Amino acid sequence: MKKELTHDAVLIRNYIEGDENALAVLIHRHKQRVYSFIFSKVFDRDLAEDIFQDTFIKVIKNLKLGKYNEEGKFLPWVMRIAHNLVIDHFRKHNRMPKFDNAGDFNIFSVISDSSLNAEKSLIKNQVESDVRRLIEELPEDQKMVLKMRMYKDMSFKEISERTGVSINTALGRMRYALINLRKVIEQNNMILTN
Amino acid sequence: MAKLYAATSKDSSLQNPKKETINLLLNYSKALSVIKCNEMKFTRLLN
Repeated sequence: MKKELTHDAVLIRNYIEGDENALAVLIHRHKQRVYSFIFSKVFDRDLAEDIFQDTFIKVIKNLKLGKYNEEGKFLPWVMRIAHNLVIDHFRKHNRMPKFDNAGDFNIFSVISDSSLNAEKSLIKNQVESDVRRLIEELPEDQKMVLKMRMYKDMSFKEISERTGVSINTALGRMRYALINLRKVIEQNNMILTN
Repeated sequence: MAKLYAATSKDSSLQNPKKETINLLLNYSKALSVIKCNEMKFTRLLN
């Protein structure tokens, strides 16, 4: 083992001094361990090839730029680079999940049951009933504007015409209605989320 | 001496990268040169 480590060190020195064959020996010596490690994490031949390639591109760059400190730990250093690239891949993959069209198509991967389950349905009804009761406590002018806007989906122009006030007044009443609702909700520590 | 009966995988392609990948790396290494300028180092890729 010690002999091999010393050998790596000599090869690295030779490579840094310009011996390209030394790199070929290093890659051939360690390719199986590095590649197997990557493959055991990603289980994809092409992806493992890509990560293996990126690993050694980093190794080559660092060696040529003199960033590698020889401490007899060439393989652990390469494995660490490979490990980091595997992690980078999974981070990127999780951040941007792609629709995998290869292999068997699974319809449930693109559609899901959006209806609420029994528990969530009960909570939703409870929340809606609480909100209705809170609205009933509002002053009459605010309550009217809020109901027209939220439940009847009327525009503020239509509300102003129906109630005989200006649009700005209707907007102001809506604003106060929401402020008052929030105030009551906070005062009573009510949780109105599903 | 105990005999080892562990089966070895015949598919070495699952344990080794393709030759093309190795060749690409070796060619990349040959094409990559480092230029030293004062105390800075730059890499240059020649095709």
